[in-house]
Amino acid sequence: MERIKHSLSTSSAFLVYLLIIMIAVFTAINPNFFSAENFLTILRSSSYSGIFAIGFLFVLLSGGLDVSFASIATIGQYVTGTILIQIPGMPWPIVVIVPLIVGVLLGSFNAFMIHKLNAPPLIITIAVQNILFGVLQFITKGHWLYNFPKWFNQFPLTLVVSTTNANGVKYGLSVLTVIWFAVALIAAFILNRTIYGRRLYAMGGNVEAARRAGINILKYRIFAYGFLGFCSGLAGLVHTMVTQTVAPNTLVGNEFYTIAAVVLGGASIFGGSGSVFGTVLGVIIMAVLTNALTIMRVPAYWHQAFLGAILIGSMAVTAANSRRAMKKG
Amino acid sequence: MENFITMRNICKNYIGVQALKDVDFSLRHGEIHCLVGGNGSGKSTLIKVLSGVVKPEPGAEIIIDGKVFSHLSVQDSIDQGIRVIYQDLALFPNLSIKENIAFFLYGETKSPIVDWKMVDQRARAAMEIIGLTINPDRKVGSLTIAEQQLVEITRSLVGELKLLILDEPTASLTRKEVNALFEAIYKLQERGISSMFVSHKMNEIFEIAEKVTVIRDGEIIGVYPPAELDDEKLVFLMTGKSFQTEPPEPIQGDPGNILETRALTKAGEFENVSISVKKGEIVGITGLLGAGRTELALSIFGMNHADSGEIFIDGKKQDISSNVVARKLGIAYVPEDRLSQGVILDQPIIENLTVTVFDKFVDKFGLMNMKKRRSEAGQMVDDLLMKISSLDAPMRTLSGGNQQKGVLAKWLATEPKILILDEPTVGIDVYAKNSVYELIKELAKEGMGIILISDEILEVLSNCHRVLVMQQGQIVYELTPGPDSADELLEKFNLA
Repeated sequence: MERIKHSLSTSSAFLVYLLIIMIAVFTAINPNFFSAENFLTILRSSSYSGIFAIGFLFVLLSGGLDVSFASIATIGQYVTGTILIQIPGMPWPIVVIVPLIVGVLLGSFNAFMIHKLNAPPLIITIAVQNILFGVLQFITKGHWLYNFPKWFNQFPLTLVVSTTNANGVKYGLSVLTVIWFAVALIAAFILNRTIYGRRLYAMGGNVEAARRAGINILKYRIFAYGFLGFCSGLAGLVHTMVTQTVAPNTLVGNEFYTIAAVVLGGASIFGGSGSVFGTVLGVIIMAVLTNALTIMRVPAYWHQAFLGAILIGSMAVTAANSRRAMKKG
Repeated sequence: MENFITMRNICKNYIGVQALKDVDFSLRHGEIHCLVGGNGSGKSTLIKVLSGVVKPEPGAEIIIDGKVFSHLSVQDSIDQGIRVIYQDLALFPNLSIKENIAFFLYGETKSPIVDWKMVDQRARAAMEIIGLTINPDRKVGSLTIAEQQLVEITRSLVGELKLLILDEPTASLTRKEVNALFEAIYKLQERGISSMFVSHKMNEIFEIAEKVTVIRDGEIIGVYPPAELDDEKLVFLMTGKSFQTEPPEPIQGDPGNILETRALTKAGEFENVSISVKKGEIVGITGLLGAGRTELALSIFGMNHADSGEIFIDGKKQDISSNVVARKLGIAYVPEDRLSQGVILDQPIIENLTVTVFDKFVDKFGLMNMKKRRSEAGQMVDDLLMKISSLDAPMRTLSGGNQQKGVLAKWLATEPKILILDEPTVGIDVYAKNSVYELIKELAKEGMGIILISDEILEVLSNCHRVLVMQQGQIVYELTPGPDSADELLEKFNLA
């Protein structure tokens, strides 16, 4: 009971309320919005954003920043796509694992550069993002990849739980959503129940104190950025499964959507605070908003304006909350 | 009782400087030991040798509980139960109290899974020893500095604590908080834990220490029981000089008020404050922290507008609506907390010194005359006898005393008529303190009106023409310092 009471007073609670209000308002405006099928679609289509967001949360918690993850994901996508097309008989575990390894390596490289050069993460990752996209354009000449093997087409259509709607069309919980939630659960476990997670929080709160407490900062940076790299590889893979094409620029711009979702989810841009639950909610709220606006036929450019407004609004609430918390002391 | 730690032949050379020269030092179990010395005397280096951060030159011998070391690593030091609490606390503001306290347990267990139940139990047990009664689930960031300090002390109890080293623990605490801290240290002593203390505050040294080691220029001058020491002797031991604090020169005739306030009131902060400062007069304001002194000073400086009442500068009524107005009227305020309000640590000294008077160096094209700025900054450094390596070195590289002089210098550059100093000597050594006093008196002689706000009774009594006592937002007493003033204040207001 205490715990429930506690969790209702946190910033995650605010997000839950916000989500409920949004759903109520959108349903009132357009009843088509409120259906299990629509929600499951939202969850499926935001699964790759959700995975990005969880990885990004780790970096943010550690006191870092990364804007190169979309380019890392794109590299992973091209590697996957190339393998799928060149060697169609390649067993699936390899197809899945290779982009993850690529992601971990590139993410760790970020951490390594940030640590060794003692440079601001924003600058390093902007640089890495530019290098990766540049090299990618050069190697691929901007060619798209498609026509993947049949199993790769079929797998993302798998429904873990399913039913049929009034028109007799099957719908349900997508395997991609399940992958996202599995990542979220594992991440939550790491962050809340393992010493690695707690040390990550600690480092984000006070890096000097963490150093004095004997935490190997480089190791934990590699952990955070490497995990984001892992998530980027996975998100890229999921995205490829959804779209069945690989193009050099589809994930461009996703960095800021993800950052916005994570910050909306209550994570501090200065590190040390934030939760997986909040991050998942942040992604869902952004996706619900976009979906509702689409259903209501609001032109796409307004979506961005709304997202911006929601973000500023939630910052205002967070600021008010923390002021109150300080006063209560 | 047997010694817990014996250190022999500890030397440490830095390039060009010998920070420690053949230092011998010892400490018994459960002893409360105070280490005093000026800035740069080597006391920090000695602490760092004990904490394993600095490696002494070969030939050193450190014996802890019978085990002999030639030097300690950080891990050795921790393994031997030595914990250091630095001035800049090493806590995690985003984590709960209990997690901060139990944080070091994370490395001890083989399992990477956090046992939250154990975290809670161990934290509560340690808090009980210290007598800390805050909700352990609260975030450390929401606590006061004093509470945070107690959390850090509590944390050092988790694991095996034998010696607690505190580096200037009381610098920013109120008297009540200092008492709570001493209480905690006595509780540790009951358990046989030794404490070692670095402090500049004489009265506290005499209050808590069982032994006082004086260190100067890297050498141990001696170890004394506090009963054998008094202020004067301690200062002499620390600096090798004796300081005679001369009272300020009396004011000739009636030069007129430079500052006067009439019934200045701000709800909840101060009430009905009417004070006056003559040209060339040094007025001390004392009283406990939280009496409204800083709030009053800030309202004269235009940063905390009073609800009612009037301020007269040079006989003219003024509405000081902002610090820009205050500056134009010739008022300067040197804040209490120089680290957060007075200096920009990572910026060069020259920037820090001239930041208040940038407009002085602007030529007719709106560009800054760098040459002029450099020569004026150099002049300031000379005037205040600041010890610096270069004007371009970051402020961070200066000792506390020199930083404080830098803050003073930058305000003096504005050529103020009224100078308000809020606790100008907190955290600086006797030597630097004395040169600040000299400077204040020199400025007053030139006709500046000065308000000196301080906790330290002796500081205001020996350097001011007049002393006001502030309590709960009101000026309750006024006196002209005389031989019995200290006793009088102690008796009337329990100020020591």
